[in-house]
Amino acid sequence: MQQALLDYTLSLSDNALILGQRNAAWCGHGPILEQDIAITNITLDLIGQSRILYQYAAQLKGGDATEDSLAFLRSEREYKNCLLVERPNGDWAQTILRQFLFSCFQRELYTQLTQGKDSTLAAIATKSLKEVSYHCRWSREWVLRLGDGTAESHTRLVKALENLWPYTGELFKGADYELALGLDPAMLYTNWLSAVQSTLEEATVSLASLTSCFMQTGGKTGIHTEELGFILTDLQYMQRTYPSCDW
Amino acid sequence: MSSHNLEEQFQQKIDQDIKIEPKDWMPDAYRKTNTRQISQHAHSEVVGMLPEGNWISRAPSLKRKAILIAKIQDEGGHGLYLYAAAETLGQSREQMINDLHSGKAKYSSIFNYPALTWADMGAIGWLVDGAAIMNQVMLTRTSYGPYARAMVRICKEESFHQRQGFESLLVLSKGSEEQRALCQDAINRWWWPALMMFGPRDQESTNSDMSLKWRIKRKTNDELRQQFVDMIAEQIKVLGMTLPDPALQWNATRNHYDFGEINWDEFWQVVKGNGPCNKERLEARKKAWEKGAWVREAAQAYANKKNTGTKAA
Repeated sequence: MQQALLDYTLSLSDNALILGQRNAAWCGHGPILEQDIAITNITLDLIGQSRILYQYAAQLKGGDATEDSLAFLRSEREYKNCLLVERPNGDWAQTILRQFLFSCFQRELYTQLTQGKDSTLAAIATKSLKEVSYHCRWSREWVLRLGDGTAESHTRLVKALENLWPYTGELFKGADYELALGLDPAMLYTNWLSAVQSTLEEATVSLASLTSCFMQTGGKTGIHTEELGFILTDLQYMQRTYPSCDW
Repeated sequence: MSSHNLEEQFQQKIDQDIKIEPKDWMPDAYRKTNTRQISQHAHSEVVGMLPEGNWISRAPSLKRKAILIAKIQDEGGHGLYLYAAAETLGQSREQMINDLHSGKAKYSSIFNYPALTWADMGAIGWLVDGAAIMNQVMLTRTSYGPYARAMVRICKEESFHQRQGFESLLVLSKGSEEQRALCQDAINRWWWPALMMFGPRDQESTNSDMSLKWRIKRKTNDELRQQFVDMIAEQIKVLGMTLPDPALQWNATRNHYDFGEINWDEFWQVVKGNGPCNKERLEARKKAWEKGAWVREAAQAYANKKNTGTKAA
């Protein structure tokens, strides 16, 4: 049970860290200064969430584990983030939609955790929910603007949806450690789908052609896409190059 | 009222330290100088996000990553206040951005130097933000109201950044031999460019006289530079590192540190566009702007639809 809780906590922190790492690439390169600041703010929230979650995971793991050893010294096969968060930034449409799909999922997940048996995770979820509901609102507004903006933005959003949708199935497919804790993510699907669907409809984008698409899986159990290796190379460069230093 | 009288009244206000506000009469040259300076300052904040931004993905710990992101986000916020302050003088943000991209408007040359190692994040915070603060503290008392008020807020955040930069170098200075070497190397590379941030020597500074008369500036380039050298020459002792200037020496007669000659040829080359990263920085800004065009158009189109919808309903 302790192992399941550790794996589960790591999967939550890996999700936040990898998405934060991805979003951070927009810092200084956003389409307009206000939005550059907004996405950087979300990045900061995600890194903050990953930190408290890794700190808890380090406590569960014991020994000399720290937030940094967990983030910087685990390799590709040990990372448990879902594949969705490691998808490339692509254009603003892909980044926005990735954020929207994930934030809506995180909102359901954290809501579930606030009522969970583990009081630490419940407290972290409660604190993070405030941030996540802002991430949902912000990314939803952008989905609407892009879907119902210009012909070009609409086309780009549809393309992003086709790219990302195959990575959404995994979110709701319980890994062993989730099921062992009685936290089957399948329970979150209905609420998530209804939030996503209503926003997409409002954005004049249809999900119809995607409902039966093949879903990619593997991230939760450490079988990632080729992207993750590059993300970790960047992320872990300093700790791997200068081992055992304080920063 | 004749323009001569208006100008006299304007100067009286300045001399009495009464702030000039957007709707007040002001000489064209005052408006122009402030627009140039504030927009240049805004561009510097935004371009300044780039050298540090390139280290977010590689920050050595999660705490340092969070601090770095927060700092760069602050810089974006400073850019926003400053663009807003400049807009009160009648120029649109879009025009200012176009001027940056065409090369007509400048930004601080310091950001044309590369951030090569992690230690540069500390050195930039300590030396670059440190030099900027000298200027900015003076600007909290500048004569143009919106600029002075923006600077009050910016200064608070900047001095925090400077302390964070110093603290990050302090950790390196107490670390392994490799970390200490990174620290010294970053100081060596950023010291002279930081001194150049104060601009040309007073006798060669073309904009100085009027700026002092109008209290846009309240201290000369050389006065501020000296103040900075005096501060850093003391702080470096705490780090146990050295500044790369054999001429640096306390002068008891002057009650200041003497220091060596800046390489003015390098200074002017970087101003002219020949610094190590001038092209990359400007390209990065242009690329972000151009790649963002369809996003801004979509937001505008959507807003227009919503407005029309509201009116129809």
